[in-house]
Amino acid sequence: MSLTGAHADDAAIVVEGAQKRYGQKRALDGLDLVVRRGTVHGVLGPNGAGKTTIVRILATLLRHDAGRVEVAGYDVRSRAGEVRRRIGLLGQHAAVDEELGGRQNLEMFGRLYHLGARRAGERADELLERFGLADTGSKAVGKYSGGMRRRLDLAASLITDPQVLFLDEPTTGLDPRGRAEVWGAVRSLVGGGTTVLLTTQYLEEADQLADRITVVDGGRAVAEGTPDDLKRMVGGDRVDVVVRDARHLDAAAALVGPGAETDPDRRRISAPVADRMSALARTVRALEAAGIEAEDIALRRPTLDEVFLHLTKETEPGDFAGRADREVVA
Amino acid sequence: MSADAVGWAVADSWTMTRRELAHWGRQPVQVVVGLVFPVMLLLMFGFLIGGGKDVPGDYVDFLVPGMLALTMAFGLEATMLAVTQDLNKGVIDRFRSMPMTPGAVLVGRAVADMLQSAAGLLILVGVGWAIGWRWHGGPLAFLGALGLLLLLRFAMLWIGIHLAMVAGRPEMVQAVQILVWPVGFLSSVFAAPESMPDWLGAAVEWNPLSAMATAVRDLFGSPAAATSSWPAEHAGLLAVVWPVVLVAVFFPLAVRRFGRLNQ
Repeated sequence: MSLTGAHADDAAIVVEGAQKRYGQKRALDGLDLVVRRGTVHGVLGPNGAGKTTIVRILATLLRHDAGRVEVAGYDVRSRAGEVRRRIGLLGQHAAVDEELGGRQNLEMFGRLYHLGARRAGERADELLERFGLADTGSKAVGKYSGGMRRRLDLAASLITDPQVLFLDEPTTGLDPRGRAEVWGAVRSLVGGGTTVLLTTQYLEEADQLADRITVVDGGRAVAEGTPDDLKRMVGGDRVDVVVRDARHLDAAAALVGPGAETDPDRRRISAPVADRMSALARTVRALEAAGIEAEDIALRRPTLDEVFLHLTKETEPGDFAGRADREVVA
Repeated sequence: MSADAVGWAVADSWTMTRRELAHWGRQPVQVVVGLVFPVMLLLMFGFLIGGGKDVPGDYVDFLVPGMLALTMAFGLEATMLAVTQDLNKGVIDRFRSMPMTPGAVLVGRAVADMLQSAAGLLILVGVGWAIGWRWHGGPLAFLGALGLLLLLRFAMLWIGIHLAMVAGRPEMVQAVQILVWPVGFLSSVFAAPESMPDWLGAAVEWNPLSAMATAVRDLFGSPAAATSSWPAEHAGLLAVVWPVVLVAVFFPLAVRRFGRLNQ
């Protein structure tokens, strides 16, 4: 137990300068991460950023090469047994036995957590009930829907009420309904004082669930803060307008608002707006009044792509034609 | 290890064994196919191909002990397939992130595979009996023969676990499945080495499977071949030494490899 410094009392996870190489590739390149007890912390990053690597190191599945990594006050390398008693893991791939039934799975894991045969059975029934799987407990997990499997996986992660729960891209590959199921289950945990570390590629997911977010890229933390902090760093909502006639581009840009960027090749204008819906309505009216015909008008939020472009300073002026989340199209 | 840790190691290993047994309950067809395949081979070689074989004594008396040995060798691919499939599933991550005895995963596999192989042996012995094979030794020699066969299976188990962790991919299992056949045929399982060209027969006699087949034939009191080669004379010794050497090599390799899944 060697927690020292400012985080000694309230940190459930401490990562300092973690390094992990696979041959030539640096999966982690001096990652720092502190997660306070009882919070949901999002780790946000693109594929290959090191999200899964850090989760696997924290969950004692992978050894890091250098740096300090502690979970619940225990070093993950030298005290892996103590760490394992205190964590739950929901990985990217369902970590349950697909040939067995849901109840068989939970009972088996309960025995392996050394609850004893009777308690393992009781706990299995409690969890099946809690996650709405009581009716399907004997069906082979391979025949479950994606959302059901993920809920069973989550139930298996909670057999011993872990102090720290790792969720590695918990909704990747799920349909919207399955995603909502998992989100609901995660939210219900937070009240119980569990610390949750959540990795995701989706800004929206981090936004929905996390108290704080660490953005990782290239195996390093490139930003940290609340979801609102991060969005502020990227800038707020934008309105995109595509005009029919390229000659109207400059006139339209003046109408859409200050800070508008134009892309003559695509006849597109993009401008930051503060007040979302009213900005959209105002833009539509102003263009109409000026007799400028628009092919497309859309309001969009900053995307994860933009977070990264912004945070890694690769943004180029006028490069806004990314994969926008179109919300309103006029 | 404290007494407590040993107790948990046993309990965890039993839980993992029960997991495999539960798989059998869920996939009975797979289990039956696995048990029937050697029986099919025995019947095919015994009745369809066996007529022209130049072996000492009755061909069925020659073939059944050989098939028992070959069935143990087939265990290699069964173990390798099961471990490869397990390693490619997410559930192995859960086991490894839990405070259970890490080796229990391997012990559970070992116990379940040995149980299945023991069942396979008994079924083959039964079918052999039904098609006219008889053993002429005493009950101790009979049990000794089964023990020797299971020792070979135990060696195949650790080779299988090690290869599964080295290869890692299901495609590699197919390669091993194909390679088991020439090893099986380049032995005295189906034919007497004396019936082969001299150079080939000499090589075949050193095959661990030949040693096992010959040793088991001796224990069952099957007619012995008139040979004076060193490996054939010392088949009983080789049938013990070969598996023990293989276990001594592959058990530590497999355990070390398993411990290094976190690299």
